[in-house]
Amino acid sequence: MSSRPARLTTSVAALVAGAMAMPLVYLVIRATEAKDPAGLVFSERVLELVWNTLRLAATVSAAAVIIGLGSAWVLERTDVPARRFLGVAAALPLAVPSYIAALALVSAFGPGGDLFVIPGLIGFWGAAGVLTLSTYPYVLLVTRAALSSSEPAVDDAAITLGLHRIRRFGRAQFPQVRGAVTASALLSALYVVSDFGAVTILRYGTLTRGIFLEYRSSFDRSAAAMISLVLVLFTLGLIVAERRARGPAASLRHSSARRHRRVALGRWRLLATAVVAAPALLGAGIPLMIAVSWLQKGARASSGNDVLPMAAATSAGLSMAAAVAAVVLCLPVAMLAARRSTWIVRLIEGGALAGYALPGLVVALSLVFLATRAAPFAYQTVGLVVAAYVIRFMPEALASARPSLASVDTSLTDASRTLGGSRWETAMRVTWPMVRGGLFAGGALVFLTSMKELPATLLLRPAGVDTLAIRVWTGASEGFYAQAAPAALLLLGVSALALLPMWRAGASAWRTANDG
Amino acid sequence: MAEIAEVADLGAEPGIRVKGVSKRFEPERRARDGSDLDVVAMDGVDFEVPRGSVTAILGPSGCGKTTTLRVISGLEVPDEGHVWVEGEEVVGPEEWVPPEDRRVGFVFQQLALFPHLDVAGNVGFGLKRRDRKERVPEMLALVGLSGYEKRRPHELSGGQAQRVAVARALAPQPRALLLDEPFASLDVSLRADVRNEVAEVLASAGTTTVLVTHDQDEALSMGNQVVIMLAGRVAQAGAPEEVYRRPATPEIAAFLGDANLLIGEVKSGMVRTAVGPLKVETGTPNGAAIALVRPEDIDLEISTRGDGRVTEVEYFGHDQRISVLLDSGESVKARLHARRKFEVGTRVRVRAGGGLGPVIYPLAPEGREGGATAPGK
Repeated sequence: MSSRPARLTTSVAALVAGAMAMPLVYLVIRATEAKDPAGLVFSERVLELVWNTLRLAATVSAAAVIIGLGSAWVLERTDVPARRFLGVAAALPLAVPSYIAALALVSAFGPGGDLFVIPGLIGFWGAAGVLTLSTYPYVLLVTRAALSSSEPAVDDAAITLGLHRIRRFGRAQFPQVRGAVTASALLSALYVVSDFGAVTILRYGTLTRGIFLEYRSSFDRSAAAMISLVLVLFTLGLIVAERRARGPAASLRHSSARRHRRVALGRWRLLATAVVAAPALLGAGIPLMIAVSWLQKGARASSGNDVLPMAAATSAGLSMAAAVAAVVLCLPVAMLAARRSTWIVRLIEGGALAGYALPGLVVALSLVFLATRAAPFAYQTVGLVVAAYVIRFMPEALASARPSLASVDTSLTDASRTLGGSRWETAMRVTWPMVRGGLFAGGALVFLTSMKELPATLLLRPAGVDTLAIRVWTGASEGFYAQAAPAALLLLGVSALALLPMWRAGASAWRTANDG
Repeated sequence: MAEIAEVADLGAEPGIRVKGVSKRFEPERRARDGSDLDVVAMDGVDFEVPRGSVTAILGPSGCGKTTTLRVISGLEVPDEGHVWVEGEEVVGPEEWVPPEDRRVGFVFQQLALFPHLDVAGNVGFGLKRRDRKERVPEMLALVGLSGYEKRRPHELSGGQAQRVAVARALAPQPRALLLDEPFASLDVSLRADVRNEVAEVLASAGTTTVLVTHDQDEALSMGNQVVIMLAGRVAQAGAPEEVYRRPATPEIAAFLGDANLLIGEVKSGMVRTAVGPLKVETGTPNGAAIALVRPEDIDLEISTRGDGRVTEVEYFGHDQRISVLLDSGESVKARLHARRKFEVGTRVRVRAGGGLGPVIYPLAPEGREGGATAPGK
């Protein structure tokens, strides 16, 4: 039975979902306007972009699995020293936006770099390296969680059934984390195909870079729309595959009080420490040090850092607006999804989650199309920037809000009613205290990730509007690293903050942590 | 080794022999593990398991019984002592056979079925590839789960998962099977049934078995031999009737079932207790003693001139347990048929009946307790 409030919730939620999915729909419409779409998609240039993207995604996922799985195993199953510290350090590269990591490496090791020149940094290997360092923490965190939650007695069972170490790993230990490893490898692939900052700085031609160049250089923007659609097919495919790999949560009893036995490393301790510490140092330590060195140079050159507070205020303002809008808009959808799971509810939820499959660049592009056609007054306003943030990061708000809303069991509100609480009182004294934590967390996450957002801001900002990300981008891409330094350091701090709530929320919330 | 049960069919070598095994956990490690292990988990443990028989190790949690199993399987390395499996030394000062080479099966308390494999995959896990086709259906038939090959562990009921775990451990034809609290995770209503099924499987497989439990019904009904462990030591080992009937110490008596431990005085073949004089075995030394009288050996008679007052009636359906406060200040429990009606406050006369007399634990003059004296025949 759908009561009147329920029907109202459903309609509002459907409206929100429609708005969130609008860019995707419009992208399809726009792409069909391309002359000879099939010819375009199968043109040599686009095929090359596709091939480059696939090659990069495959290389990065494979490398991320090697580093992430290795680090996870060392941290969970050996007596490596300073485990807690190493575990935190190894997750830190997530806090470095890929464009900052790429800029830092180019300024230090690129052609004419400050330190020394690493040949081949510009191009495929550089992009693969930076993106691997940015994404291996996904594999590490997800795999580590799977390793620690697996039942220790299962390993003992394999021992008592006569399996020696190598076969035990292959037949009993690895199969238990295979789903986690696959899912997190696909997450890194999703991150790679969506990345704009690193591949642009390192000048490697993936689909995102192709879209950007197409958009900037040609009058017929339907080609950019068409390539975007190809890109979205990739992201959707990866999301579906990731869902499948995660599978249903295994609900086996895990009652053992025993912990997993840890391998005594002996003289391998130093090597194992290096295996965990080296990627963390490369992915987080080096970019931070380089940004600090920019700052020192900037202090000497005393260039115009006076605009920094302005940029910071703009970033904060836009991000705050996005956070509030995302939380308010996600509420009806989360309420609906927490209560029932009919196909229409799933459709609405899927629509609201569209941003998950839409790289920032694509969201921006479709909003440009939409605004120029349907709402020219909105074009070149900050409203459009905020809209892009909301669409892009709505999934984060939903992921936080939904479980907290689902935790309000109807028996709790029923209990309140039977104790004499009115509908309003029940909402204020039972429901609100239980959901506010999740809503605040979701809002904070949207705020912090919006602060770092680059591609959509780059495309949509009205002339003269600078955010921190834009400051880093323009400063550094014109070679004025000193100008970029304070903004870069501020963003690194903000990103590190963004790790905190996710630390508690667990692995599922990590995916959009580092949008570049 | 005076406490080995008299079980028939002693092979040349016992199925399992444990001698002088001690295991100490560092307190630091214990705290991190969060386990309930004592600092000294095993303190000179000795016992033997005759080939093909079932031994139940019974003890309160933290007594070292699980550690004992883990030492036999090789999952835990003891500080000292020896373990032989079918005459082969697997643990000793100069010997260490790793667990994967011991051919000793283990059924874990958490069952630990491989979540990524179906039932057939689990049962066939320890088998060579070429043996699986034949042996897996055989094992599933043995535990009554033919047709469940493709089920996943999470699709099984508790009892089915239990039987898969047993089948998996038995499939490679281990020299011995160890079960760690195997029924603890089951619903009480299921437990007795699954226990009987597993007992049948074990009997038909004829594997030397050690079972660890804190449930005395389980130990007494499944074991050919019961080993009582208290605080890391073997307190007593023997046939179930033997251990129940003649506990070696008053502590064991109290641990194993309901016990009335009455202070008394032995004099010329009789012991005087609060429930009256009872005949004791000839040769029982005179002097102060504790007499064990099981509640089922006590009878009550409603009588206004009785010597006690009913303080509690616990009704179990098939029988009842009546607590009586004697005028002497001691209190005794009686287990009686449920037909008979008693009410709290009723005055009763307490009699020790039953065919077997009390077990006497002499209180030595220095306050030391001597060994138990057998009941009169």
